[in-house]
Amino acid sequence: MFKKLSNIGDCGIVCDFGNEVNQKINTEVIKLFNHVRQQTFNQNLEGILNCTPSYNKLIINFDLKKINATKILNFLKSIDFTKLNLSQNKKKWTIPICYDFAMDLENMSKILKIDKDEIINIHSKAVFFVYMIGFVPGHPFMGDLDSKLFLDRLKTPRVKIPAGSVGIVEKFCNIYPYESPGGWNIIGKTPTKLFNKKDNNKPCLLSPGDTVRFKSISKKEFENLSNEQ
Amino acid sequence: MNNNFFEVLRPGISTTFQDKGRFGMQHLGVVSSGCMDHKSFLIANALVLNDEKEGVLEFAYQGPLLKLTKGKTKFAITGNVLFQIINSKNETINGECNRSYDLDEGDQVDILATRQSAYGYLSVEGGFDVTPFCNSVSTLVRANIGPNEGKKIDIKHKILLKKNRKEKNNYAANVSIKKNDVIRVLKGTQFDYFSDATQKEFFFKDYKITNLTDRMGMRLEGKVLKNSVSTNIRSEGIIKGAIQVPADGQPIILLTDHPTIGGYPKIANVASADYDLLIQKIPGEKISFKCIELQEAEKIYKEYLTNISKIIKDIKKIY
Repeated sequence: MFKKLSNIGDCGIVCDFGNEVNQKINTEVIKLFNHVRQQTFNQNLEGILNCTPSYNKLIINFDLKKINATKILNFLKSIDFTKLNLSQNKKKWTIPICYDFAMDLENMSKILKIDKDEIINIHSKAVFFVYMIGFVPGHPFMGDLDSKLFLDRLKTPRVKIPAGSVGIVEKFCNIYPYESPGGWNIIGKTPTKLFNKKDNNKPCLLSPGDTVRFKSISKKEFENLSNEQ
Repeated sequence: MNNNFFEVLRPGISTTFQDKGRFGMQHLGVVSSGCMDHKSFLIANALVLNDEKEGVLEFAYQGPLLKLTKGKTKFAITGNVLFQIINSKNETINGECNRSYDLDEGDQVDILATRQSAYGYLSVEGGFDVTPFCNSVSTLVRANIGPNEGKKIDIKHKILLKKNRKEKNNYAANVSIKKNDVIRVLKGTQFDYFSDATQKEFFFKDYKITNLTDRMGMRLEGKVLKNSVSTNIRSEGIIKGAIQVPADGQPIILLTDHPTIGGYPKIANVASADYDLLIQKIPGEKISFKCIELQEAEKIYKEYLTNISKIIKDIKKIY
């Protein structure tokens, strides 16, 4: 249940679920997100342009031509949170990762004082929850990593990180869908495409609320999988 | 199926296909995009009798030089744009915005510059023959999404047209250009992160638009805005027109191609009614902000819509 509702400009509402970032709070955000999407799809709610869930907030952007803030606020206040369901939309994914493409494993091992193989072992055992997707198309922010692997961002962000790179910072893990600058500790690379522009129906592989496990593959398998796509 | 097309003899600085935008995908990291200036976009389509959903070409500053290599069409240019039509006999006609023109095979349209404004639009009767992605032909260059492989139009490209010219008449709209440097805003989500003095200064001082301005955002330069709580927040969803303030205290207005989430405090949000006015401002110009309440923002947005409807309703046949 959200703690606070407020306006963003004249065409947005923020549903604030409090300051904590954990899976329980984020699950509540995603439940509300699914409900708003469903109501929009069923045409019970008109004029919704975009709904953007993040760790602890849901931001609703609407078409002021068709609806206004008061109507959206009334709709939100009337929701019975006990009846919202998440399970129907949740998917479990296994994503291949080749740890040979790590850029920071050596350094991580030094900082954490953990053997490289053990870092890989811990990372590949984790079940990650997709908190949100964003910044650029298909880019997932996932958690939670074992606290043994908590690291800060790189002091100097890299200018170029190859597409598919898997990075970690604090309890979070992300995958860069495009070549881009970035400051995360790169632990490996996946051949899996996270965003497919040719697919009009489901261009984005992951959805908020899904879970992801990484499966270690060799360089050879990485190349084979890359060529298949 | 026809093979009517324009050939791009000069692409211009930033020429892309755009329409109303691609909605319902922000939770996947895909921003809506779409035309920066919604009003000029709607008028452009109306002048060539298109549906308002039809895609147009948006250009910024210097536009493209296009040659209609095959076919006949009718086109219109909206915004405040200096352009010429060069016919196949090499005669040059100075173009007027906000009216339609017939274009025959071999004719060229030379879009020289936007005048005291940033964006202009070119529409053709029946629209451009481009493939939509998720119900929109808007281009998001940063992620290479949209027609033309999600890229800006380039030299020698062929721009295909859906139809041959059918309509006999030409039409004109009466659009007045208002000069106004005051942008109306509503208080932002983190307005109370800023001290009383900073809040007052934000609504009192002028801000200069810098060169670091594009479809994604507009960086401003002026009085440093002091944040008294935190210069970072948990990443949250973004809505266009949000005015965020990073650690250096210089505001950035997030525009149509904004990142979908972001972690800087937002001092204010641009009123929807003033968005078109804002994005037509060019680097070097100064703007100031006036704080309004939600009720007034809703009222002026209605007026904004009424004004566009009136312009479109009053479109008249010429010769």
